[in-house]
Amino acid sequence: MELTGAEILIRCLQEEQVEHVFGYPGGAVLFIYDALFRQDKVKHVLVRHEQAAVHAADGYARSSDKVGVALVTSGPGLTNAVTGIATAYMDSTPMVIISGQVPTGAIGEDAFQEVDAVGITRPCVKHNFLVKNVKDIAPTIKKAFYLARSGRPGPVLVDIPKDVSNHKTTFTYPASVTIRSYHPAGNGDSAQIRHAVQMLLEAKRPMVYTGGGVVLSGASAQLIDLVRLLGAPCTNTLMGLGGFPASDKQFVGMLGMHGTYEANMAMQHCDVLLAIGARFDDRVIGNVEHFAQIPRKIIHIDIDPSSIAKRVKVDVPIVGELKPVLDELLSVLRGGKLTPNTTDMAAWWKQVNEWRATGGGMRYKNSSEIIKPQFVIETLHQVTGGDAFVASDVGQHQMWTAQYYKFDKPRRWINSGGLGTMGFGLPAAMGVQMVNPGATVACVTGEGSIQMNIQELSTCKQFRLPIKIVALNNGYLGMVRQWQEFFHGNRYSETYMNALPDFVKLAEAYGHVGMRIDKPADVEPALKEAFARKNDLVFMDFRTDPTENVFPMVPGGRGLSEIILAEEL
Amino acid sequence: MRHIISLLMENEAGALSRVAGLFSARGYNIESLSVAPTEDPTLSRMTIVTSGSDAVIEQINKQLNKLIDVAMVMDLSEGEHLERELMLVKVRVEDGAREKLKHAADVAGGRIIDTTEHIYTIELTGSCAELDNFLENIGRNLILETVRTGASGIGCGERILKL
Repeated sequence: MELTGAEILIRCLQEEQVEHVFGYPGGAVLFIYDALFRQDKVKHVLVRHEQAAVHAADGYARSSDKVGVALVTSGPGLTNAVTGIATAYMDSTPMVIISGQVPTGAIGEDAFQEVDAVGITRPCVKHNFLVKNVKDIAPTIKKAFYLARSGRPGPVLVDIPKDVSNHKTTFTYPASVTIRSYHPAGNGDSAQIRHAVQMLLEAKRPMVYTGGGVVLSGASAQLIDLVRLLGAPCTNTLMGLGGFPASDKQFVGMLGMHGTYEANMAMQHCDVLLAIGARFDDRVIGNVEHFAQIPRKIIHIDIDPSSIAKRVKVDVPIVGELKPVLDELLSVLRGGKLTPNTTDMAAWWKQVNEWRATGGGMRYKNSSEIIKPQFVIETLHQVTGGDAFVASDVGQHQMWTAQYYKFDKPRRWINSGGLGTMGFGLPAAMGVQMVNPGATVACVTGEGSIQMNIQELSTCKQFRLPIKIVALNNGYLGMVRQWQEFFHGNRYSETYMNALPDFVKLAEAYGHVGMRIDKPADVEPALKEAFARKNDLVFMDFRTDPTENVFPMVPGGRGLSEIILAEEL
Repeated sequence: MRHIISLLMENEAGALSRVAGLFSARGYNIESLSVAPTEDPTLSRMTIVTSGSDAVIEQINKQLNKLIDVAMVMDLSEGEHLERELMLVKVRVEDGAREKLKHAADVAGGRIIDTTEHIYTIELTGSCAELDNFLENIGRNLILETVRTGASGIGCGERILKL
């Protein structure tokens, strides 16, 4: 029997076990929406803006091991989605985005709602396709899912012209897929792995530094075993939090611009650095020349060869899937006779613990008068038992959450690390809640970020998503204000958020529960009450200290040991 | 340092712009780029002449390999290779210079493929440096127009880039 392109597309999604698609209809996707209407296996989540559709699919994928799927129309539908696509690309989220396109005959004629989707998205997708023939839909969707989830994951866009979605052909879903020009890495090189083990065991000051790759590849168990065997300190990047349990005594906290003192100092002063699924980016190691001042051997394991030796020189590169590489590393370690030198390790830990005694440089002085944002996050951690999924927006609140919400499990911390997209939090939390029904989901945000996708409160109502919004409202675009205070002579150019809405009324207008919290003593009761409301979305508007800054801080362009600690200011 | 990189990629719409976009997005130099289908019409062969430090060239190779449509990449400059570029150059022929120009073309292995009373069009193949030399020799003030294909490169002997 022949099916239309739109029907074939939906059948493909069914074959890929897709349960939820986040999207927004429009002219070019009318046939696809009609095909969605006439089945009930793939459920559609109607967002209120296409950017939110992509962020929601992103949060969906990050908090599960599934591929997120978004569906948007041509032209503005696609351009609205671009920020979401770029966000997913920077953080390597496996995603398939389907966009409608004007009919093939109209392409290039500046037709209504026409935009070159493949051209616009090219620099921010793993790959993209324009499907010109209905026969190509099934093989293309098969390829898109394969590309999205294999190798270094990423978003893949499939652009489907309207007429193609209405042409007919027979449907068969390919059982397997091979792309002759695409060969994602598998196992690592055994000789390099043995070399790495040797180097690690001979190290006097070994250090393990891991990024989002560990979370994405599900290699946490292997990482924990490895860190235990090596006895080394372990740090996570912003994207890597939860990859190693924050409550473990070998964990020295997050590193980087707002990382702990001990993580940054240990990173700077180690003699052998094992980097796993991380990419030495500017927010992580700061100034490259400064980082290279102290010689250290670097072992770098990553699935993407282009991440290796991009910013720093690497002594032992290992390209491969993290799980098999770490498994092999572990078996070599266990099979060998050598163990770490206990005297060296004791001296190294003595040093690390001295750095640690500074309290990580992220002390804050709590107050009984005004709510400190750090206190809200610490209390959030306590009230949720440290076991919530926490989606975040971008800014000071994001850093405080990374610092004070001690993530013990992977895939619980959902934030836009690479692109730093304000407005990510709420839609991402929707995706998290859709794929983890019944789980506790918090969205930590600020009064700036939340207004970038506030319309999604409506989606949350329609789909009964009981997200708990923790808004740290300090009346400023806090992170920018902080930089203006430090580096621009206190000239707070356009960072004061004037004319804020009454968030309690706003939440109520959307049919949710709103709370305003002004006093430190009310923080814990409010959080407890909110999280007890299992079926309600609760918007908590915490009025926090507008002068609070994120510490420690490695100023942009500076070295890791040039870190500014809280008590110095 | 100057590098000449050859690659095989899917002969599909948009594949060229993926490579060109990569170079502009990451700020890599591109001296010339030439591309055409191979004996297998589903594959295109591209030759890129670029320059950069060893680290930059390593990244260029890795980033090219990362493109899904790119099947194979070879840095020809890492070993023995040949490179040829085709140039068509139109020159003004001044009285008395006719023989001199013919001779220059002969010596360089070029051919005069179009003539009018005052204009010669010369076809010449060689390395980029040889073409540059030829232009210097005949004198830039006589040149009316030049068109060059950019280098095409191939490895020597057993060095073969094939799927």
